[in-house]
Amino acid sequence: MCKDCGCSLTQHHHDHGDHHHHNHTHHHETLHANPQLNDPKTISVITKILDKNDQEAMHNRAHFDDHGVLAINLMSSPGSGKTALLEKMADLAAFKFGVIEGDLETCRDADRIKAKGIPAYQIQTGSACHLDAFMVHKALHELPIADLDVCFIENVGNLVCPASYDVGAHLNIVLVSIPEGEDKIEKYPVMFRTADLILMTKCDLLPHFDFNITNAKEAARRLKPSADILEISTKDDESILNVIRWIEFKKSMRK
Amino acid sequence: MHEYSIVQALLNQCEDLAKEHHAQRITKVVIKIGQYSGVEPYLLETAFDTFKEKTICEESELVMNIQPLVIVCNHCGKESILEKPHYLCSYCESIHVRLLDGEEMMLMSLEME
Repeated sequence: MCKDCGCSLTQHHHDHGDHHHHNHTHHHETLHANPQLNDPKTISVITKILDKNDQEAMHNRAHFDDHGVLAINLMSSPGSGKTALLEKMADLAAFKFGVIEGDLETCRDADRIKAKGIPAYQIQTGSACHLDAFMVHKALHELPIADLDVCFIENVGNLVCPASYDVGAHLNIVLVSIPEGEDKIEKYPVMFRTADLILMTKCDLLPHFDFNITNAKEAARRLKPSADILEISTKDDESILNVIRWIEFKKSMRK
Repeated sequence: MHEYSIVQALLNQCEDLAKEHHAQRITKVVIKIGQYSGVEPYLLETAFDTFKEKTICEESELVMNIQPLVIVCNHCGKESILEKPHYLCSYCESIHVRLLDGEEMMLMSLEME
């Protein structure tokens, strides 16, 4: 039973799935009952270290599914244009969306989104460099989720830590901006490996930077052959409409 | 620097398992860290040594086994160990491969008293 929202999804249904949690005691059972024997014993565990986070992430995903909401985790380094993309989509997208914002400090990003008439909730992580499934769970109860088609989770700007945490989204979009340089993809393989869609942002700046799009795409597909890649600029509405069409297509495949 | 959060999750897991097995203390923690799990083993070890104080793992040794990337090819069926994160079969260069290991962080076993 979910302690925050009271829904009836059990937290432990995964135990019958892949992430088996089994403890084999190699010593005889009397030791179990009598710890005073003080013999060391080894137990085999074989559980994911982030097992609790992953359970909560599955719970979040089920919650999104119940409301027919497609959840998308947006990740990138700080300043690559996550919030600007959301602002632009507020003008152009037909689907209704909400945003869960993650930052160390300030409500600036949520305020920018709300100014566009989009429901947003800001998580301030303090010093945490990533969002986890527990933070997202709290936040999703602050959004009018039943009215939404899509929910974006704008993660903390960081190409390292957010990659290790399933927050309960259905899809990951990872952004890399032209001024950051094409080597970012190879430098942060774990992050780009998580991407379902990679967005090369600020493409209007291409004439001013030595960013080879072909090399960057090849690097991305060595990591993740199935990744979709789009070149975008907030100055070019058609490029943002491509992102919107991608999201609409993905949503239509989950009905 | 999310190694702290990972260590916190690990220490909580150890506390739960110690309780379950009526153990007084944990003397050894064996984990498997995928080379491409997104965690830096050195930082993880430092975080473990810092945060184990006043927990059931205070006197624990941390054993980290670093797991390289292992894939199996859907085309030729052979397994490859990858040095670089280029997800293609070392034998037939197919990109239709399935990941077997090297991207996860697992708690493998505990020694307790």
